[in-house]
Amino acid sequence: MDFNLKMTEDKVTLDTSKWIDNYADYMYNYAVVRVSNEDIAKDLVQDTFFAGLKSAKNFQGKSTERTWLVSILKRKIIDHYRKINSKKGQAEVRMNFYDDGENEGNWIEDRVPQSWNNQSEKNIENEELKSQLERCIDALPEKYAMVFRMKTIQEFETEEICKELDITSSNLWVIIHRARTQLRRCMEDNWFNI
Amino acid sequence: MLKKYKITCDEATTICDKNQYGEASFLEKMKLNLHFLNCKTCYSYTKQNMSLTKLYKGHASSCQSLKHCMTDEDKLALKKEFEKIKL
Repeated sequence: MDFNLKMTEDKVTLDTSKWIDNYADYMYNYAVVRVSNEDIAKDLVQDTFFAGLKSAKNFQGKSTERTWLVSILKRKIIDHYRKINSKKGQAEVRMNFYDDGENEGNWIEDRVPQSWNNQSEKNIENEELKSQLERCIDALPEKYAMVFRMKTIQEFETEEICKELDITSSNLWVIIHRARTQLRRCMEDNWFNI
Repeated sequence: MLKKYKITCDEATTICDKNQYGEASFLEKMKLNLHFLNCKTCYSYTKQNMSLTKLYKGHASSCQSLKHCMTDEDKLALKKEFEKIKL
């Protein structure tokens, strides 16, 4: 079966044999940055190439091959996000505030931030600090880690994350808030107050 | 009259977190500052949050310089799978 499409007028050629050499690294990097997991990123890239192959006949040459493939990859990332979102829900989140009753919205007593003893070492050049931070980010629920990384580490625009993950901005800020309070607590217990 | 601007600790720290990215609105920042008058806990949360932001920023710049590439073996395996599907 020949997947090379030749459109005489536009001279659009979809040369699938070079896809992996030309785009695998770009797409892999794109995916790793968003899902922060090398194995998942690999799977997403593979799924994207396969899906691209299946729908190669729909490629109209309106965009470049790479843009077209990335648009498929984006869909795959949203699907992945939806999956982790429904799978894990919010069960793993450690609550920091009362969520009902007359104390609703107040700090839960034993979750109140403590003052820090170990203030001296806040330099990220410190490898130990860096790996502790990574461990704490990894301990977040997958969805929170993903949104936190995109916003804070990769410094994406709010609008871009909302569009890519199909969430509202108030939704995003709640996730960021929960991620940061949980992360603060983890760093307090494992770095600042040990 | 100030009741309108009263917020819970949960809301206050949400605004504080948003503000770490410079994206809190004027009204939100006003509510946050008003909340600090009564709440030392959220005030100290905010101070610690600022130093955490610095930490995260340092981490961000060291992460962003990394480019992730697929290994040659992975690419080869992918190519093989790809050829199988094509047939």
